[in-house]
Amino acid sequence: MAAVSGLVRRPFRQVSGLLKRRFHRTAPTALQVTVRDAINQGMDEELERDEKVFLLGEEVAQYDGAYKVSRGLWKKYGDKRIIDTPISEMGFAGIAVGAAMAGLRPICEFMTFNFSMQAIDQVINSAAKTYYMSGGLQSVPIVFRGPNGASAGVAAQHSQCFAAWYGHCPGLKVVSPWNSEDAKGLIKSAIRDNNPVVMLENELMYGVPFEFPPEAQSKDFLVPIGKAKIERQGTHITVVSHSRPVGHCLEAAAVLSKEGVECEVINMRTIRPMDMETIEASVMKTNHLVTVEGGWPQFGVGAEICARIMEGPAFNFLDAPAVRVTGADVPMPYAKILEDNSIPQVKDIIFAIKKTLNI
Amino acid sequence: MRKMLAAVSRVLSGASQKPSHGLTVLPSLVSSSRLKQSSHFSLPKCWGYSHSVRQASRVLIASRNFANDATFEIKKCDLHRLEEGPPVTTVLTREDGLKYYRMMQTVRRMELKADQLYKQKIIRGFCHLCDGQEACCVGLEAGINPTDHLITAYRAHGFTFTRGLSVREILAELTGRKGGCAKGKGGSMHMYAKNFYGGNGIVGAQVPLGAGIALACKYNGKDEVCLTLYGDGAANQGQIFEAYNMAALWKLPCIFICENNRYGMGTSVERAAASTDYYKRGDFIPGLRVDGMDILCVREATRFAAAYCRSGKGPILMELQTYRYHGHSMSDPGVSYRTREEIQEVRSKSDPIMLLKDRMVNSNLASVEELKEIDVEVRKEIEDAAQFATADPEPPLEELGYHIYSSDPPFEVRGANQWIKFKSVS
Repeated sequence: MAAVSGLVRRPFRQVSGLLKRRFHRTAPTALQVTVRDAINQGMDEELERDEKVFLLGEEVAQYDGAYKVSRGLWKKYGDKRIIDTPISEMGFAGIAVGAAMAGLRPICEFMTFNFSMQAIDQVINSAAKTYYMSGGLQSVPIVFRGPNGASAGVAAQHSQCFAAWYGHCPGLKVVSPWNSEDAKGLIKSAIRDNNPVVMLENELMYGVPFEFPPEAQSKDFLVPIGKAKIERQGTHITVVSHSRPVGHCLEAAAVLSKEGVECEVINMRTIRPMDMETIEASVMKTNHLVTVEGGWPQFGVGAEICARIMEGPAFNFLDAPAVRVTGADVPMPYAKILEDNSIPQVKDIIFAIKKTLNI
Repeated sequence: MRKMLAAVSRVLSGASQKPSHGLTVLPSLVSSSRLKQSSHFSLPKCWGYSHSVRQASRVLIASRNFANDATFEIKKCDLHRLEEGPPVTTVLTREDGLKYYRMMQTVRRMELKADQLYKQKIIRGFCHLCDGQEACCVGLEAGINPTDHLITAYRAHGFTFTRGLSVREILAELTGRKGGCAKGKGGSMHMYAKNFYGGNGIVGAQVPLGAGIALACKYNGKDEVCLTLYGDGAANQGQIFEAYNMAALWKLPCIFICENNRYGMGTSVERAAASTDYYKRGDFIPGLRVDGMDILCVREATRFAAAYCRSGKGPILMELQTYRYHGHSMSDPGVSYRTREEIQEVRSKSDPIMLLKDRMVNSNLASVEELKEIDVEVRKEIEDAAQFATADPEPPLEELGYHIYSSDPPFEVRGANQWIKFKSVS
């Protein structure tokens, strides 16, 4: 009875809303997508969109990807577009670069970026520098992707972070996604970019689900390369990070919020070209800066941010020296207690923030 | 005049050829099809010469009856995993002969001019010259189409020319001027043209690149092949064997070509390689060893190899036995690891330009005077190009930051300190 009288008195929009509410008692669950699936979707959409895009790497085809990131793609696109390579990083990276020079758009997967060291000459000398050396004649539209940095218990040779190494080189673009939205948007932007792009993923993040906003479900959803995202607004301190540590920063921020400290957490998303504007604007607001990364401290991403802060307008707004939180300056050990203490933990971030704020 | 020329030709004749005089027209595989293709693409600048020059030559030749073409015997290639090799005779038309002569002479004179400019310090840094190896670049080009692809290492000036760039653009790039083919940004080792991927400085890195270009050829399904060159020194690079493996596995239309000039910088082949049979080093890839000083031998072998690849059989390997007169680069006199006698012997017995010239004159495809005229024209062309390369201004400082990224909006690039900024335009 109440519903009927409701129908008589309320305007149409509210009526249909009422009707909806009668049929759907619970709110619809948000779409949860893991980082792995987000990258998979991004690659799938770009493979479909452009015939020239193809994927090559070890185990990417019939094995569905060493970390299952390329699951289902070989079944859908076949041998021509999804290519299993022998264990020949230098060789297949060079082949991928050559194919890009000849007009195709390859995605070259390194099983982990540790193995990219074998092929780094092709990434830097054959890919990154070519457009410049040729005076703008020869472009190289290639994506190098794969897991980067520390995993769990894989020890020294399999845990290195290459953000600083690749971020050093002009001619390259380097992106580092944290969540699913980042991952999908950045892989799509990287594939559509006419330049060599290195995408540094994180193996421990592959299985982590995130809420996928509606725009991310579109086939044209792109995250622009070179733009950072403020994941959490704050007023007391700027905390800048990339990849998995962004999650740790948000955890630290949640803990500190209970103590009345509001952290502004910035997810860099791109290492090169670095979005200094967003970082500077934030520091000019909060007057304090902590950088957080998984890689080694010396010549790292944080070191570059601090140097640039000193050179720019934000320096005069700092109330304390900028501080870096990084991986320990050691090759990654194996034993769990040692490994845990070789990467930045939430407690290390909180400590650094409090030190900077002098609390 | 005619009697004198006839007498001279009688004296010079003796080489094994069968001249055909005007009436018998043997099929010429290259010239007519090349002309057809050239209507689709702009003729490489190396082929063109001024109309008035052509008129003048016609007037001269009108008084003399040349052969249209001649058949020559060429050295049999050593074969690896191949039942048959390239033919042991080939037909050279007068037109092609003149073209090859002009091209080789242009490359020769261009390299010698670069030597001169380097000694005058107008060219700096690295300068690796290929004089002596002209039959390789010209012969390879003669065996493929302009739509095929080619990539090589740093001894690249000859290939840059045969692939279509002008001597002007090449010399101006060597002198680092804005009229250079890479706008002065690349220098000797980084010249690019359509379907020519440089010019690569890292020894051996170009080989996987070439296999990748071949992959693109196969992917696009257009029957194109990629010529992937490397030297005897580079032949020992691991990544080359990785490329062999993948090219064979995936049947890529890649012609691997080892330009064996007997020395990798200062190290002779015997001191660098456990096996100097470079044409066999592809193991499961069929190979042929070619006389790289004879342009006709190179041309036939290239045609054979290209046909092999185009038929979908996969990659093939060619070793071109050749020789460089200069040292490894301009900083190497080239006589500490080999004798002057050796260099002199190659020059007098195997010079590729001399070999072609002798063949053509002896079989009445051209006269000595005619070829001398071409020499004069080439010299002038090189002189003009050198003049341009010396006078052209350097690229403007404002463009230092240009061409970092392709297809991007302009952005700022840092200079030597934080206050120096350069604009970067794609």
